[in-house]
Amino acid sequence: MVMRQFLQRELRLLARQKADWLNPLLFFVIVLSLFPLGVGPEPNLLRLMAPGIVWIAALLSVLLAAERLFKDDYRNGVVEQLVATRQPLLSYVLAKILANWLSTGLPLVILSPVVALLLNVNQASFVAMILTLLLGTPLLSLLSVMGAALTVSADKGGILLALLILPLYIPLLIFASAAVEAASMVMPYHGQLAIMLAMLLFALALIPMAVISALKLNVS
Amino acid sequence: MFKWLHPLAKPETVYHLCGKLYPWLMFAAIALLALGNIWGLAFTPPDYQQGDSYRIIHIHVPSAIMSMGTYSAMAIAAFVALVWQVKVAQWSVLAIAPIGAVYTAIALITGMAWGKPMWGTWWVWDARLTSELILLFLYLGVIALSGAFSDRQTGAKAASLLAIVGVINLPIIHFSVEWWNTLHQGASITKFAKPSIDPSMLWPLLISILAFKVLMLALTCLRLRTAILVNEQHRPWVKALAGER
Amino acid sequence: MINPSTFPVSANQLLLRADAVSCIRQDRVLFEQLCLSVEPGDMLHIAGKNGAGKSSLLRLLAGLAQPDDGIVLYREKPLHDVISDYAANLCYIGHHSGIHEQLTALENLSFWRAASGVAPADDFALLAKLGLAGLEDIPCRMLSAGQQRRVSLARLWFTPCQLWILDEPFTALDQSAITLLQQHFLQHLLKGGSVILTTHQSLSLDYARLTTMEIAYRW
Repeated sequence: MVMRQFLQRELRLLARQKADWLNPLLFFVIVLSLFPLGVGPEPNLLRLMAPGIVWIAALLSVLLAAERLFKDDYRNGVVEQLVATRQPLLSYVLAKILANWLSTGLPLVILSPVVALLLNVNQASFVAMILTLLLGTPLLSLLSVMGAALTVSADKGGILLALLILPLYIPLLIFASAAVEAASMVMPYHGQLAIMLAMLLFALALIPMAVISALKLNVS
Repeated sequence: MFKWLHPLAKPETVYHLCGKLYPWLMFAAIALLALGNIWGLAFTPPDYQQGDSYRIIHIHVPSAIMSMGTYSAMAIAAFVALVWQVKVAQWSVLAIAPIGAVYTAIALITGMAWGKPMWGTWWVWDARLTSELILLFLYLGVIALSGAFSDRQTGAKAASLLAIVGVINLPIIHFSVEWWNTLHQGASITKFAKPSIDPSMLWPLLISILAFKVLMLALTCLRLRTAILVNEQHRPWVKALAGER
Repeated sequence: MINPSTFPVSANQLLLRADAVSCIRQDRVLFEQLCLSVEPGDMLHIAGKNGAGKSSLLRLLAGLAQPDDGIVLYREKPLHDVISDYAANLCYIGHHSGIHEQLTALENLSFWRAASGVAPADDFALLAKLGLAGLEDIPCRMLSAGQQRRVSLARLWFTPCQLWILDEPFTALDQSAITLLQQHFLQHLLKGGSVILTTHQSLSLDYARLTTMEIAYRW
């Protein structure tokens, strides 16, 4: 009940500050387009590099969106006063994570046909790409919310957030791009997906509590 | 059950304890380092495959092992800091972090120095070196986070939380990088692992590993003492100490 | 005289007590060996110059920060052992408003209703009482600072909590709002609630049990 109201609040805020989620998506497409310009438009080369490119662009786009996550609420004292109230913190954090995924992760899944077009992805890889995006973007949201919560009261938060998240992101990058690569060679990739699901569930179990701890220490 | 540990939560007790331990630890560290390195670098027989260049493992392997051991020590301190809200433990995290970062850097540089005669190239994306590089990023993240806040205590707490998040990720990262490496058939032909080493080479190696560990403890004592003084500067016992000088 | 109430802590029991607490911020000792106690029906006014440490003291009492020395007790138990009970009985409004400027007054209030565990309700009447009739449905960024502060303080009219800790609640308010708020404080105190606040304003009404504590400015 409380969760639903908090989620409504987050979605309302996103609807009123469209730049917060549209800009990262635009950034995603731009980064994708930069790669062919940088490495050459050779279709086979792009097809080879596509899995890595997509996941790096996804990371950069999510990081861009991450910084705003708690900034406004921290600045307005909402975080501090919620921490003083204790009890709704978990619902608040879960609502933030879900809203972040709906506005930054899910659109990436929806944009994947554009990706397939630009990077010359074949049909088999395309299905794999959608599946990895579906499994991987929630994990990305969880990690970026974690980073945002840790750095919410830090002075140079934005770049620091990226620095902190990058090492934690590497396992996801490895398995997600490996899955798409395997698919492009028409090999099974259930194993990679299973590991991604395991990482997602693990993160889902632990990260919300870490986020609450991070918020508490930032307002102390 | 942990009653005997309670005095260790008091900064003053830890300050004096570290003060007593430091000379012994430092002496032992220097002795062990000298023993291990001189024995390993000068007195062990050359490897039949790699000639004399393998000798750098006496620095590379201990620093690599201790870079991970130090992270574990840091994570334990961070855990104590966050669960029991012990300030000394928070400061320990910040004391240990740069030591671990330097060990990781040494492991990377000596790894590269070993790699050049082996593969003809300075850097290769094999599992061990890649893991060490990511570990370096984790350390640098902890250090950077601790300094990013205007309030020092908030920085210490945030860095502790990050250290714990990192330690949970460490096995996952290791496993992923190992797996990635096998997938891409990297240049993992070198044997960095110690089990296949002849006993004559094993002993100096073990001594070096111990040396690095003792050195870590000694340096942590030193850094922690400084951190305690800085953070407790308002306490009467610190003022008395400063007044004595 | 205190009327019987539905608050958890009854009259003549100790609500909150700080025992020899000290606070160090950025290498400055703000205060040390500070003691205070609050019973139901008490109003505690923390006074002091800018930068003396009033806000830090309030944050300590609200359980946001740990004291560097000493202990805070809720109902004679250490605060951090009973933090969830305490938080359920505390309404803390800090120096910042706690409202999001892109949301309307009604949306902000329904957020705080949900966060406080209070049933959702129509807040038009409440906002009208606070002089915000007709402004309920516009984003708060379009309101003046004083109007935003009224939205922020509206929580105090539906919160079930016994202890209120308020940091500079009168900021930007005009005289009529200040009077309204002080009357509301009085009613709350009569019901057995307590208020701890900081302000540079003089508290005009006669409170039965008003204590003023001055924090000395130390450099």
